[in-house]
Formats: sequence, C-alpha cells, structure tokens
Amino acid sequence: MNKIFEVPMYPYARHEDQDAGAPVRRKVVVIGAGPIGLAAGIELAQSGVEVVILDENDKVSFGSRAICFAKRPLEILDRLGCGQPMVDKGVQWNVGKVFFDDRQVYDFNLLPEEGHQRPAFINLQQYYFEEYLVNRVQELQAQGAPIEIRGRNKVAAIGTHPDHVVLDIDTPEGSYNLEADWLIACDGAGSPTRRMLGLDFVGRVFEDNFLIADVIMEADFPTERWFWFDPPFNKGQSALLHKQPDGVWRIDLQLGWDIDKEREKRPENVIPRLKAMLGDDVEFELEWVSIYTFQCRRMEKFRHGRVLFAGDAAHQVSPFGARGANSGLQDTDNLIWKLKLVMEGKAPESLLDSYDQERIHGADENILNSSRSTDFITPKSEMSRVLRDAVLDLSEHHEFARPLVNSGRLSVPCTYDGSALNSADALLDGPPRTRPGSSCPDAPLGDGYLLPKLGNEFILLTIDADGPEEIKEAGITARRLALSVKDDRTLALKERYLGDHESGVYLIRPDQHVAARRASYDETQFRAAIRRAVGKE
Amino acid sequence: MSDTLILTPNINGADDFYADLLAAHEGLTKAESDAYNARLLLVLANHIGERAILKQALAAAALNSEEEQS
Ligand SMILES: Cc1cc2nc3c(=O)[nH]c(=O)nc-3n(C[C@H](O)[C@H](O)[C@H](O)COP(=O)(O)OP(=O)(O)OC[C@H]3O[C@@H](n4cnc5c(N)ncnc54)[C@H](O)[C@@H]3O)c2cc1C
Repeated sequence: MNKIFEVPMYPYARHEDQDAGAPVRRKVVVIGAGPIGLAAGIELAQSGVEVVILDENDKVSFGSRAICFAKRPLEILDRLGCGQPMVDKGVQWNVGKVFFDDRQVYDFNLLPEEGHQRPAFINLQQYYFEEYLVNRVQELQAQGAPIEIRGRNKVAAIGTHPDHVVLDIDTPEGSYNLEADWLIACDGAGSPTRRMLGLDFVGRVFEDNFLIADVIMEADFPTERWFWFDPPFNKGQSALLHKQPDGVWRIDLQLGWDIDKEREKRPENVIPRLKAMLGDDVEFELEWVSIYTFQCRRMEKFRHGRVLFAGDAAHQVSPFGARGANSGLQDTDNLIWKLKLVMEGKAPESLLDSYDQERIHGADENILNSSRSTDFITPKSEMSRVLRDAVLDLSEHHEFARPLVNSGRLSVPCTYDGSALNSADALLDGPPRTRPGSSCPDAPLGDGYLLPKLGNEFILLTIDADGPEEIKEAGITARRLALSVKDDRTLALKERYLGDHESGVYLIRPDQHVAARRASYDETQFRAAIRRAVGKE
Repeated sequence: MSDTLILTPNINGADDFYADLLAAHEGLTKAESDAYNARLLLVLANHIGERAILKQALAAAALNSEEEQS
C-alpha cells in the first residue's frame, strides 16, 4: 500500500502563465508548500488576496518530521479552517516519564490549564498535517478562492526589484518566468531563496547526530512521552519514545558526532538498535528513518524588500520542544494581516518591519530554549555532564531538581514585549499574561470559547465596560465584542483579562495579540492605539 | 532575607562544618566526589533560591573581584 507521502497531492499541470508572451504578474507568490507556505497561502486566500504557491515537489512531507503541535498553532489553524481534523486525528497525552541509566527517575503530569478549547498539544505526523492543509486549499478552490498550488515548479533564479520580484521557474516541460508584487519564501531550512539572494544564516550547529525512526507496532506502551538519559541500550546518549496516530511510534536515538550517516541509516543497523530499546519480542515495521544534525540558526533579517522569509527558511531550531513548525505558523500569523493592509494601502510598507522585529524576538526565544535543551541533553564538557547527571540523580529523590531536567520545553507563544505596535499598558497591575504584546489566552464562554469569537480582524473587546459598536480609524475598522465576567462561570475570563479590575477594554490585533488595554474606553487613546498597531504613529 | 550575598564569616563551628565536608568525601573516587560536589551545590542553590544571590555567589566563586561588584 502506498503511504500518503508517496502519492502526488498536487501533480504538475501546465498553466496558462507558461504560455504567456510576457511574464504574468501575480499579487503574492509563496515558494514552498510545506506547513508554513500552505498556511500563508490559506490565510491570504481566505482574505481574498490572490496567491500562487510553488513547490518543486508534488507530495506532502516525506515521512513524518514534526509530530508535536502546540495549542497556539492549533488555534491559528482553527482560523485557517483546519484545526478540527488535526485535533480529531491527533493523539493527546499528558504524562511524561524520565529515565536515567537503567531506571525511571520520575514521572509528571502536564495538567494543562482548564478553560481552553484546544489541548496543550497533540501528536500528529507532519504528512497528515500537510494533507489537511492541502485539503483546505482544495476546499477554498472549490469555493472560488484565488489560490493555486503548482507542483513540480522549482524556483531556479530570483530577480529583485523595488516594487516586484521576477522568478525563473523550472517545470517538467521547461522553464518560464513569473512576476510577483510580493514573495514569501517558505522553502525550508536549506532555503534556495536565501542562497540565491546571497543572505546569511548564522548560529550554532550542534556536534551531534540523531537517528529519527518512525516504527509501526502493536505495543502496549501507554500514550506517554518517555525520555531516557544515558540508557543501557544507548550508552552515553539519549533516547525518546512518543506515540503518533495509527500505531506509529516516534523513536529518537542520539548517535554522537563521529558516525557514518549512510551506514547508520541502513535497516540492518537500525533494527538491532531498536530491538535493544524495545525488547526482542516486540514486532515492528520501519515506516521512515532519517539522520539529523541539529542546528539553531536564523537570518539576520526576515524581510528583504519585497521578499519575506518565514518558517525554517528564516530560522531553524533543534526539535527538542517542538518549535519548528509551531513557530513557523506564528510567523505567517504575524505576517499575513500586515501584508494585506500594506497591499490595500491601509498601512505603510514599514509595518512589515514590525514582522521582522516581532518574529526575530520569537525566533531568538525559541533558539534560546532549544539551545538550552540541547546543552542539557548533550553535555558539551566533562563538568556539564557531571552537573547534568547530578540533576538527574537528585530528581529521583527530591522534587526540587525536577524543573531543572530539560528534555525540551514545549513551545508556547512568545509575547511581543517592546514592539512598536504596542500601546503602553494602561490596565495597571492587570494580569501579566494579557499585557500588550501577548497572544490572547482562550477562555470558556458558556457553550463556546473566546478565541473563535475574535476571528481575524481588529476587535475592541469590552468586559463589563462601555464602548462603541465599532471604531473606524485610519482605514481600519475595529468591531466590538462585548462580554461580561458573568459570561464565564468558571471565572477564567475575569482571571485572565481583568485580575482585580472590575472592567477592561482591549484592542486585539487580527493575529489575536493584544495591542492595547485600559480599564475603560477612551476614544482618543484607542484611536491612537489603532494607528500605532498599523504602524501609523 | 537580604538580597546581598554574605561574604563575611557566617558558619557556626566552621571547623566542624569543614570536617563534615571532608568526611562526606571520604572513600569516594574522584568521579564520585565530583558528582557529590555537584549534587551538594544544587541542593544548596535550591535552598537559597534567590536568583540575585545566586548570581553574586557565581561571581564570588570566580575570584574575580570586578565581577563580584556587579
Ligand atoms: C526530526 C524532526 C522532528 C521535528 N519535530 C517537530 C515537532 O515536533 N514540532 C514542530 O513544530 N516542528 C518539528 N520539526 C520541524 C518541522 O519539521 C519544520 O519546522 C517544518 O517542516 C518547517 O516547515 P516549512 O514549511 O518552513 O519548511 P519545509 O517543510 O522544509 O518545506 C519547504 C518546502 O519548500 C519546497 N522547496 C524548496 N526549495 C524549493 C524551490 N527552489 N522551488 C520550489 N519549492 C521549493 C520544498 O519542496 C518543501 O516542500 C521537526 C523537524 C525534524 C527534522
């Protein structure tokens, strides 16, 4: 039987642009139909912006790479119209176990906070993730939305101009040129766009290799995350076992630096390693095996004139903490509403520089977290290993040491503290988690939830406060969402948005980040906040 | 609790404490002693808890008088 990642999802088809006398100009071209390029395309098309996605391939991710998707990306996917199938298919888990040497040192329950529509995270193969995104593209196409994916269209050269870019595209039937007002490069960690434009990609490459294997087995391991430091079956290294849907299990085995990658990848070498880990009597089948060298790097700037970089093309992290695809989705979430306003002439082009600032802030936070995890998992010196082992030995006996154990800190959205788009916090001593720059935490509202009500436009959220039904300022309309703490009997809304205050008014951006907040409505202040949030103050 | 690291004598029975410290290492190999020291350090650091104090302690242990000031 063919795996879904072996079947063309968007096979090559000749397009009339290939036969045009002069290069056709498109509004937005996205390079790469990976998770990030597809998300960018869907959001643009949903807002009515014409978009063409080009990919040199015609299939979803070969094998599963990303498996862990966090709450914030799931909330973003809800707005893109494909969160539900992912949550339905995905595996949810809360319990993790940590092993050191030949014994379990402790276990933990993540006990996710109540009052969110979406779970803290799900495990789902990247190929399903991409399949559901492609399905959503097709659904949008059926509704007449201006989006297409051109399979086996490989971008071979890029010419940049002040107000457009020109692409040379190779197809199975020869090459053609295409112009675009804007180009979004989502062409992955090895980004040819980055190379073609001669741009930097700096950071750390960790001197370590990991064998990543997805195996299909009928095993009665529970739905938990198991992490081993220095286990007998992989002496001096680490290992991870994690469940995915369809009886597929993710196994990561750290291999060390000085290895022959091609040799290690061969089934005759992989299978004995897995048997040593799983036990001789467990029957399994290899679905996918790969070897990775992890790195933490980013571009110095994500915007270069009319070319915008997002996802792995802009930044790369080691996968401990599941931050790659998760953070890439927050890139396009940040970018697309800004790009749309700039294209409509409602915001100055400089608004796009805030994409640079905000998402570089996010990338640095992710790189910091995953570098720290990597340093814990792979101690770089004799003394760092002594300290690491001391933490693990203590964690078996004393609770205090457990927070120091770092096998990956799971991805949470970053707060854009200090962003030029934020207005100063005017809800004095309000809850820190909803300060300007934060992504709005969800809250239950009777039989629904808060986030779906925010949608993807500017919102004036009033909680037990007066305010106009809408404000129009500088070409932007902010629609009011009037709530009361009484709408949520669990009091999560009050705790998350008001704290000790009796009322609150929030200006919320289309990406559901807080732009401004005060205890009550003030017309002058909120008009200024809207202008500031679109780069006009 | 003050947020300044104590760098004046503060242990009651300094000689006894020092003897306890040596006794704890008695009979350990170098590797076991290193591991023990690391565990002891973490236990003490957790007891202090205060990040500002821990920072000053890290600087004081480096014997670098300029960093001690910061
Ligand atoms: C072992 C492993 C485990 C991971 N686990 C997680 C996890 O649990 N959670 C998580 O969030 N992330 C995880 N990641 C990271 C995640 O896989 C990536 O962050 C994600 O795939 C990035 O998506 P992207 O769209 O930016 O790039 P990609 O998925 O790399 O897509 C790039 C696309 O661009 C296309 N392309 C490239 N060049 C051209 C060209 N010249 N012309 C046209 N098209 C081109 C490619 O065909 C490809 O489709 C993991 C990664 C690895 C390796």
